[in-house]
Amino acid sequence: MTWSELSELLAVGLRETAWMVGVSTVLTAVGGLLLGVLLVLTAPGGLLAAPVVSSVLGFVVNVARSLPFIILLVAVIPFTRAVVGTTIGTDAAIVPLTIGAIPFFARIVEAALREVPPDVVAAATAMGATRSQIVGKVLLREARPGLVAGLTITVIALVGYSAMAGVVGGGGLGDLAIRYGYQRFETEVMVATVVALIAFVQLVQMAGDLLVRRLSHK
Amino acid sequence: MIEIKGLRKTYRAKGRRDREVVAVDGVDLTVGEGDVFGVLGRSGAGKSTLLRCVNMLERPDEGSVSVGGVELTALNRRRLRLARHGIGMIHQHFALLSSRTVAGNVAFALEVTGVSRAERRTRVAELLELVGLDGRADAYPSQLSGGQKQRVGIARALAARPKVLLSDEATSALDPETTDSILRLLLDLNRRLGLTVLLITHEMTVVKRICRSAAVMRDGRFVESGAVADLLHQPGSELARDLFPLDAPVSVPGQTVVDVTVGGEDADVPLLSEVSRRLDIDVQVLAGSVETLAAGRAGRWRLALPGDGAAAIHYLRSRGASVSTPPVDSLSAGSPAAGSFSAGSPAAGSFSAGSPAAGSFSAGSPAAGSFSAGSPAVSTPEEPS
Repeated sequence: MTWSELSELLAVGLRETAWMVGVSTVLTAVGGLLLGVLLVLTAPGGLLAAPVVSSVLGFVVNVARSLPFIILLVAVIPFTRAVVGTTIGTDAAIVPLTIGAIPFFARIVEAALREVPPDVVAAATAMGATRSQIVGKVLLREARPGLVAGLTITVIALVGYSAMAGVVGGGGLGDLAIRYGYQRFETEVMVATVVALIAFVQLVQMAGDLLVRRLSHK
Repeated sequence: MIEIKGLRKTYRAKGRRDREVVAVDGVDLTVGEGDVFGVLGRSGAGKSTLLRCVNMLERPDEGSVSVGGVELTALNRRRLRLARHGIGMIHQHFALLSSRTVAGNVAFALEVTGVSRAERRTRVAELLELVGLDGRADAYPSQLSGGQKQRVGIARALAARPKVLLSDEATSALDPETTDSILRLLLDLNRRLGLTVLLITHEMTVVKRICRSAAVMRDGRFVESGAVADLLHQPGSELARDLFPLDAPVSVPGQTVVDVTVGGEDADVPLLSEVSRRLDIDVQVLAGSVETLAAGRAGRWRLALPGDGAAAIHYLRSRGASVSTPPVDSLSAGSPAAGSFSAGSPAAGSFSAGSPAAGSFSAGSPAAGSFSAGSPAVSTPEEPS
């Protein structure tokens, strides 16, 4: 394989990975934040304590997190078809990626929000803050460094999941490594994709760390 | 300003419905407008729960809580929120938002009450000046000392111009000097703004320095409560005992030992020398002092009077002093003073006529402890800084 062929392959793979991971990250951030906040609010002693809702949510999250991603990928195919109209390609891969990552990120959000001292929440309550002010201006704001660090972890997990997107023709770097490097014994493609993946993950982690440092005033 | 009646709060131990912990067990409390009221108690006495019931951070099981004439237990969520704007609160661990600057923390309290952005800016500057933090507006809490953090807490608590300030062990995490400066600030705010302060603490200094009224809380109940000046005169008062620890024997052979309390203007009368001169008797001070409390000047001594001391007791009472027999348990076990008394020289110090009645002193007597016989140490007082 020539260098130009290889770089062509890499460019396409990188673009697909970036697209899949990028879109599902945005969707996961929104969904995971919502679900994480709900988990915290409905927990016993929370601002909207609702034991039944809390345990149902917790159960659903645990079920989703128990499934190996490859199984989830196949299991949600009917849902994927309903949402994007097709079950193959990068866009189709975004659906299982998001579904897999939301419960993962939600648990991280939950943990980050719990790190906010109860004292601070009590202080805001004592000042007469509304519940939405407490969520927006206290919980989410105070947990920002933890949330960003958690999102970084999630993005990197998504890069890993996206390697399996090849199953539904999703493409991307991971799929490239499997098809060329593993199945066709083209070691140089394998090495090149692995290097590209390492660089990608490094960049994400560095950007995340930088942002956390900026946000953290502890 | 604050009126609490029959307050009860019980917690159920987690997981076990039958195990109940009574945190507050029927407390009545009235804090007058402009008063500084201190609830003193050890940890676990229920004082924190009591305080959190005043702004409904904890819902009382029974009883009523009204602040500024508004019954808080009866309010719905929205109206309770509005009522809370009129009740400031400061916390032991400051409870500041770490993601916001000093100015941002104070502004938060104003955002919550719906003050416009422009107005917020001037009000924040005003408040920071009030608590002595101008110039640190852009610092983050992590860059501040404990005392400065508490000042931010105070500025934040005052943002909505409350009439009442609740203080939850506000100085417990601070060193003695910083505690002093924060207490001075609270007293200053109390005077300048007419702020009513209800505080809980386990530190006697706090009561001594700023409280005009106080209660001693134990096992969810008030053991005693009222004006500090009155409590000092109550025989067996725990507050009096803790404010003026009298570590001395409760009996001296051939003499009568009594505890004497004077308050207000009487504290500055050379009472002991008067007794001594008028009745021509020796009065020995076994322990005691005269101090300046927020509630006024007060003195408390344990005295050994010759014989049955009846004439002296009568005289002391006629001059406005409270006289009582020392509680038998008052010579606390292991008190270091106890061992050093040898028979025949039962004095921890005595007084000399005409001395200014401030603090403890010793002159011309068989002295115990570090005073060497015949050469008492005398020095002029330093100017208070």
